[in-house]
Amino acid sequence: MTAFTELTEVWRSRKHGLKREKLGGLARREAWWGLLFLAPWVLGFLGFYLLPMGASLVFSFTDFDLSTGEMQFVGLKNYTRLFIDPQVRKSLLITLRFMIFAAPIGLAWPIATAVLLNSKNLWGKRVLRTLYFLPSIIPVVSVAYIWQGFLNTQTGWLNRALEAVGIPGPEWLTSPAWIYHALILAGLWGVGDAMIRTLAGLQSVPTEYYEAAQVDGANQLHTFWNVTIPMISPMVFYNLVLLVIGLFQYFILAWILGGPQSNPAEATLFYNVYFYKQAFSYSSMGYGATLAWVLFVMAMTVTVVLFGTQKYWVYYSGGNNNV
Amino acid sequence: MSSLTRSLRRFLAVSSLTLFTVILLTAFLSPFSYMAATAFKDKEQITDPTSPLWPGRPATYVYNGEEVTYTFTFQEKEDQVTLSPGDEYDMYQVPDENGAMREWAMIVKRRGVSFFLDPGSPDAGLQEWVGEWRQLTPTYELSLRWENFEKAWNDLDFLRVLRNTLVIAVGGDIGTLISCTLVAYGFSRFRIPGKNLLLIILIGTIVLPRQVMLVPTYAFFTRIGWVGSWLPLIIPHFFGNAYNVFLLRQYFMTIPKEMDEAAMIDGAGPLRTLTSVILPQSIPVVTAVAVFHFIWAWNDYFEPLIYLVGRRDLYPLSVAIQFYNQQYVRELHMVQATAILGLILPVIIFFLAQSAFMRGVVVTGVEK
Repeated sequence: MTAFTELTEVWRSRKHGLKREKLGGLARREAWWGLLFLAPWVLGFLGFYLLPMGASLVFSFTDFDLSTGEMQFVGLKNYTRLFIDPQVRKSLLITLRFMIFAAPIGLAWPIATAVLLNSKNLWGKRVLRTLYFLPSIIPVVSVAYIWQGFLNTQTGWLNRALEAVGIPGPEWLTSPAWIYHALILAGLWGVGDAMIRTLAGLQSVPTEYYEAAQVDGANQLHTFWNVTIPMISPMVFYNLVLLVIGLFQYFILAWILGGPQSNPAEATLFYNVYFYKQAFSYSSMGYGATLAWVLFVMAMTVTVVLFGTQKYWVYYSGGNNNV
Repeated sequence: MSSLTRSLRRFLAVSSLTLFTVILLTAFLSPFSYMAATAFKDKEQITDPTSPLWPGRPATYVYNGEEVTYTFTFQEKEDQVTLSPGDEYDMYQVPDENGAMREWAMIVKRRGVSFFLDPGSPDAGLQEWVGEWRQLTPTYELSLRWENFEKAWNDLDFLRVLRNTLVIAVGGDIGTLISCTLVAYGFSRFRIPGKNLLLIILIGTIVLPRQVMLVPTYAFFTRIGWVGSWLPLIIPHFFGNAYNVFLLRQYFMTIPKEMDEAAMIDGAGPLRTLTSVILPQSIPVVTAVAVFHFIWAWNDYFEPLIYLVGRRDLYPLSVAIQFYNQQYVRELHMVQATAILGLILPVIIFFLAQSAFMRGVVVTGVEK
């Protein structure tokens, strides 16, 4: 059996995960060692996260006002308000609809560019990789301002270039329909990290798998689908989880390109923008915390569901015994 | 012959793919070209909507002939103009009757009519052109304002903010690498009861919007006396963070377990297995984590801003740049010049770190 067919076998049989054994003496030792390695994070969680997270949860049951510092318990009032607040529904819809379009692009672009920049048939890889990664080095606030200038309907370079070839440029930033295209374009500048992670993942694919695939007479597409994708699936999974969390928390680009008024026509009033406005612009930290915790519950639910899908498509060469 | 066709075919494949990649890159980076071009401009050009996209300055013509006085007629009155050697005149694109452009130096501008000198034949005397000179396009010549960067360097006190930034970024990087490697190893290689729940809690720390934890976190750091120092920006990174732990865990889990087992049979304990088996296999991703944290710390603006409030001497580059830009809101060229100045070191570091990304894993341990 060649390495390639063996890999395919393992890949197919990943569904039948290993059965868990009872904890014996050896297993207990293993668990203690594992906990020892987790200790830095557990301590850090208790020291730096538990308290602020707990405090913000408490805020959500109060009318904490940031400007006056006054705080009183209001029970579930913030939560009942959230469920009848029409803006919550609107902002959530904006966020989810944007996610449906942005997530596939944000997932595919890093894979496509990583595979391109990993190709044997490419000159000047070091320079090209650096240049493709360059936008991710620019602070996101600067990125927003650069795109704001670049996409300006009259003076922006993009519309000037489009006009030069006879295409009337759209109103990228002032039309409620085009603003999402503008955000997605600018967003491509933020996925360089995902590209590098995918590149790092591509380095871990043992070359003999490719050789084996070649011996088996697999064509390039087949090899990509059956060797490359399974081997980088842990990185793709990571990118997917972070992408979805990031899109739930979508904020800075919308905040700067849309301005505090969430122009045009409140099209950039994403859920997290609404949270930010409530908590900081209107100083309603109590209601803001409620919005944040409801976002937390929604995003966590999706994250847990994504973790559950791993067994259908994520392949860990080190064994699937964990998740 | 077959080797010739093969190398020709390879040449074609390489050049066409490279060409495609470069074209895609040009489009992808075009907003960056806009940024870079702006950084090299001067204030006058930015406010002039008729100026070209590339950095330049209005071209001028220096008269170097003999002193001469010309007479011209404007609104039926005679007037005179004297040209002396060393006089400087602005260049304009002046159309002739057919619309063809001539680059002429403007000597006299009046409403409705202007007089030019053709630098190609200055002895031919003044050329009259009827029309509004304001509608003419000035001629620009390429001029890169390197002074913008010199000014940004001095105004930012660059070396001091660079030192501050490096302390924060490198200190945090050391903490991140040590702690995240250990924690990710724990998550990827040991059977621990409740591990999946712990992993979900780990991810949960980045799911809650950071801003909502801001007030209590600030209160906490004030209570323990860390506000006004670099400690809140460095120490927490010694306790792992979800982004990098999760990333390293994903990578560690692609390393075949047979390799750990072989090391353990040779008598290696868990820590030795980590340093002698897992880490050497993970150089690409460990480098990635180091670079990601460095760039993140380099650009992180919000945390240094609130934790270093009032301590200007401790400000890192990101905060210094923002403060500087607030003073120069209308000077777009300085805003972009400082931004580019801030990019240089991270770009160099990324470029150098490449050799680690490039490095494929040679030994796989999956013996046939």
